[in-house]
Amino acid sequence: MSTSSIPAQYADTSSFSYHVDAAFYDRLDHYRDSFGEDWPSPEAATLAQATAFLVREARLVDEGRFNDWLDLFTDDCLYWVPVTSGGGEPRTEVSHAFDDRRRLTDRVYWLRTGLAYSQIPASRTVRIVGNVEVLEDAGGDTLVRSNFIISEFRAGVTKTYSGWYGHVLTRDGDGWKIRLKQANLLDSEQYHENLTIVF
Amino acid sequence: MTIGETVSDVALTDLSRWNDRVLEDRVHRTLYTDPAVFEEEIVKVFGGQSWVYLAHESQLPKPHSYLSVRMGQRPLLLTRDRNGALHGIFNRCSHRGATICRDEAGVAKSFQCPYHGWTFRNTGELVGAPWPEGYGMDFDKSQFGLRKVNRIETYRGFIFGTLNEGAPSVPDWLGPATTWLDYWIDRAPNGEVFVRSAAYRMGYRGNWKLAYDNAGDGYHPSFSHRSLLEMASRMGESKDMSYFGRTPDDGPMRSYSLGNGHSVIDQRSAHEGGFWVNQRPQPGRERFEEEIRATYPERADELLDLCVGAQINLSIFPNLLIIGNQIQVIEPLAVNRTQLTWHATSIGGVPEEVNTVRMRTQEDFPAFGEPDDQANFEEVQRGLDVVEEEWILMNRGLGTGWQSAAEDGVVSTAVTDELHMRSYYAEWIKRMDGAQA
Repeated sequence: MSTSSIPAQYADTSSFSYHVDAAFYDRLDHYRDSFGEDWPSPEAATLAQATAFLVREARLVDEGRFNDWLDLFTDDCLYWVPVTSGGGEPRTEVSHAFDDRRRLTDRVYWLRTGLAYSQIPASRTVRIVGNVEVLEDAGGDTLVRSNFIISEFRAGVTKTYSGWYGHVLTRDGDGWKIRLKQANLLDSEQYHENLTIVF
Repeated sequence: MTIGETVSDVALTDLSRWNDRVLEDRVHRTLYTDPAVFEEEIVKVFGGQSWVYLAHESQLPKPHSYLSVRMGQRPLLLTRDRNGALHGIFNRCSHRGATICRDEAGVAKSFQCPYHGWTFRNTGELVGAPWPEGYGMDFDKSQFGLRKVNRIETYRGFIFGTLNEGAPSVPDWLGPATTWLDYWIDRAPNGEVFVRSAAYRMGYRGNWKLAYDNAGDGYHPSFSHRSLLEMASRMGESKDMSYFGRTPDDGPMRSYSLGNGHSVIDQRSAHEGGFWVNQRPQPGRERFEEEIRATYPERADELLDLCVGAQINLSIFPNLLIIGNQIQVIEPLAVNRTQLTWHATSIGGVPEEVNTVRMRTQEDFPAFGEPDDQANFEEVQRGLDVVEEEWILMNRGLGTGWQSAAEDGVVSTAVTDELHMRSYYAEWIKRMDGAQA
């Protein structure tokens, strides 16, 4: 369902989730399939703009500016960290994160309560985003695929996560907003300690 | 009176070599920190003497399915033969010890060891070894099958194994816990529960017993889960689990010690108005509820409640924790490292969209609740490095008169009682002392 057709009482997607319906899941199937295809070479300007967007987003997360990061997302967004790398089947499988706007707002709120013992002390992270590819989607959105390496330090332990992102970006004035951010960990279904950072 | 004055020197079980380390009201830190204790319990408590949970039958869906699991630290293959019967064969070549199967799950009638090519049926018999003449004329293949788990038994889909020939049958060993397992299974309209999602494999740097201590602990939620409770009040409503903060000692929730180390916390009474209305909101909740009420008006409340956890925490000693709708398995890796594997469950007899929202519900606590618990487990492990402070207390509720015993031996008490710890340590001692029955 598009956000324009949400009944008025459910319009605030940070409080209500009326729009996550069968069509929402069908759209994830489409994105998953598209991310798995070979893409033609993009225009240099689009590639540069997409890369700059990802780098800026990465910096907001690494600096713990989660409210600013949340502002990057659309009302009908999904922040998705599947347990089955690449997406699997979200209708029958759980994800590390399957955050619509409400749950993503919850997640940021949770991180900032100062009471989440899994983040006391807070994780320090730094990430590299690379191998960026861009595809204009039929619906007018822009699909971006990239690889990441994240180094995390917390409570005396340094850990490394790697994998690939799939972003779906939608036009917002001169820039973009994130409609979908899918983080696929190389070892998503394997042993992990304290998987509470934002990927 | 300080806590220190309430402790006693009474051994939890007499005539045990653990008399000096497990007292009625406290347990010695070394049971969480000593590698020698771990080396012994991982063999005895995890399969050598005790039944242990291995897997759910739905993870082996058809003839010749196999699943790689651990029995303690022993690598084990659970297999179905062509008739569907279950076998537990150790993933250890009878020749030189290599694992014969390195995949997590699949379908296979036989396994060939990648090292020297010995080939075994999925029931464990040796089919053949390359160039057998090298073993002389009297090579008897029947003597070189894979070692098998002596006893594999199931209870309504739950597969358990033990090497102890003298152990009671699984239903007898579960005892009164079967009533609670039945409740959990029979929430599904046709009693069909299945595991088909990829699992969360969470890990923490602490002893496995910290997870077992916690699963039956109704004292910790209002503190350990403060971030979750705070988050849940973001929209002005207090939701699931906030009730733990209200008069927990004398509230309506109860904890039951079920014998053989098993226990359960019953939170159902705290859910006035049904499970669904008390659940923190899941993605898609509002539209889903509207559609369910429109399409299935007669059973809408039932279907909505089935998207939400069973509101019991059932602990089956030593390694099976039923939490909400999830099957959680404790997998000890070292004295100070533990894997907690969370299997989300789906159910039969409901429209598929119920299972989808059930997935979304089962993502909530693992993301915003469990990590804080595990952070506390790790900080317990760190705190236990103060070797001079020797004891971990489990005396809450002792001497209060809270407990009442029923005819079947089940002891009922407040959810904040640490009776569940005192109870399972009696079982732990029994297994460590080598009891057969």
